[in-house]
Amino acid sequence: MRDGIRILVRPIWVGDPNAVKLIRLSAAIGTALLVGCFISGCSREPQIPPSARAVQPDGQRKAAPAFDLKDADGKSVRLADYRGKVVLLDFWATWCGPCRIEIPWFTELERRHKQEGFAVLGVAMDDEGWKVIKPFVSELKINYRVLLGNDQASHDYGGLEALPTTFLIDRDGKIAAVHVGLANRKDFENGVEQLLQAPAKANSGRISLPSFFIRTK
Amino acid sequence: MKIPLSVEKGFHVNSNMPREEYLIPLKLTWTATGALQPGAVTYPMATVEKFQFAEKPLSIFTGNFDVIAHFKVAANAPAGPGAASGKLRYQACNDRACFAPKTVDITVLYQVQ
Repeated sequence: MRDGIRILVRPIWVGDPNAVKLIRLSAAIGTALLVGCFISGCSREPQIPPSARAVQPDGQRKAAPAFDLKDADGKSVRLADYRGKVVLLDFWATWCGPCRIEIPWFTELERRHKQEGFAVLGVAMDDEGWKVIKPFVSELKINYRVLLGNDQASHDYGGLEALPTTFLIDRDGKIAAVHVGLANRKDFENGVEQLLQAPAKANSGRISLPSFFIRTK
Repeated sequence: MKIPLSVEKGFHVNSNMPREEYLIPLKLTWTATGALQPGAVTYPMATVEKFQFAEKPLSIFTGNFDVIAHFKVAANAPAGPGAASGKLRYQACNDRACFAPKTVDITVLYQVQ
């Protein structure tokens, strides 16, 4: 995805009076080489889809891709560990200003709904890793689990071209909503509350006894 | 040497001196310059603009602007063609989302006469 910056290639003449007798810099179009698709037209027009205003109907939800990422203590965390819970999965980075706006909202959601079977997972996409992530977590007093993202997770969740990108995942591990870019706080609150009201459909691990074993006195 | 850049409407890149430590600055560095000795890199004057996602106004570049790279040539530099290779690092956002930092290779050919 193009992010709006390009280098314009055109002939350049630098007339430095001290250097003219020594050097002529000729940067004609044919001689300025740009490696990497950085020139306008190399990438498609950037698109930021509108944020979902409501959760997707149950029948339209797709399974959230599995992941296995490390938390700040080096422990493996899998999405499957949270089956049966509503999960707000937030991809962010320390250099992302809009992310900094949303994170306090998620901290509040975690505090308010944690006991109801809700969890926020923040996946940091900083190339510099925990060196920059940990101070940020302390600074913003993040009270939920933060994981270190990787290329595989980014790929599986659609490429993550823009941050923040936040997924609301229902108790059955299906994606109920996606928000790309800074979203409306109410969208998250309403979405989480709606998903918390719905029970998990999948086998919760309970054993269902055949009716003929149930006896009442 | 002028390196012209253009940022599309609706987007911005952090300037070479962003106002927050966590922001990634625009930065041009040279890795190999042949007969040229790299000097200072001059960036244009930044725009200061407030965005809904930032508490403070940000120092940014938008639209068309030039970054100017200065070089020196040794008196005994051989005449002939040469190439200066470098990297331009930047990080762009619009008013709602930010895009991963990128580093682009830049190579400029020159002629010492």
